[in-house]
Amino acid sequence: MSWAAPDDIFFSTSLAAYLDKKLLVLLRDGRKLMGLLRSFDQFANAVLEEAYERVIVGNLYCDIPLGLYIIRGENVVLIGELDVDKEELPAQMVQVPEAEIKRAQKAEKEEMLLKGTMRKRMEFLDLD
Amino acid sequence: MLFFSYFKDLVGQEVTVELKNDLAIRGTLHSVDQYLNIKLENTKVVDQDKYPHMLSVRNCFIRGSVVRYVQLPKDGVDVDLLHDAARREARGG
Repeated sequence: MSWAAPDDIFFSTSLAAYLDKKLLVLLRDGRKLMGLLRSFDQFANAVLEEAYERVIVGNLYCDIPLGLYIIRGENVVLIGELDVDKEELPAQMVQVPEAEIKRAQKAEKEEMLLKGTMRKRMEFLDLD
Repeated sequence: MLFFSYFKDLVGQEVTVELKNDLAIRGTLHSVDQYLNIKLENTKVVDQDKYPHMLSVRNCFIRGSVVRYVQLPKDGVDVDLLHDAARREARGG
């Protein structure tokens, strides 16, 4: 692998153009991490400084601080550069403390489970 | 190699990348690499309301391993060229 020239960072697919920028990292498990990219490698392993997890449930959200993170590349779905001139979230979203978002997450999970069991019970009806 | 070369020729075109997690992103193809990682510019998420966290993302890097489809404009592809290239690869590879 040859060394990248200063201008190469603009044309290649390397993450060098994202260094020291505030990014949104989507993980395979659905988590959304945000932070400053400090390092990366060919597997898209990444070091994120001042990382926090943005948990979103409906119109509620909460940023949970995480500190310094190393993310294993196989878990990365997408790395997005945030436009500082734009709002990160729609206006109707409300920031809430961690305890409240955890409650909301639990409620949402239970609703999903309930939907799943209801569907299973309806299967015998053979409505299709 | 074949698709890497093919995507290199597509740089600058508008594509929609559908990921395995069902997220679909439209944008201009900026670059691609040997792993078929994709960088998109001027991105817009297809079902924006479902993904509020993506609102201010304008450029992104997508890991090749998570791509399900890359949707292209109908006339963005010279199918015959691609067909010939595939035959050549099959013969030589």
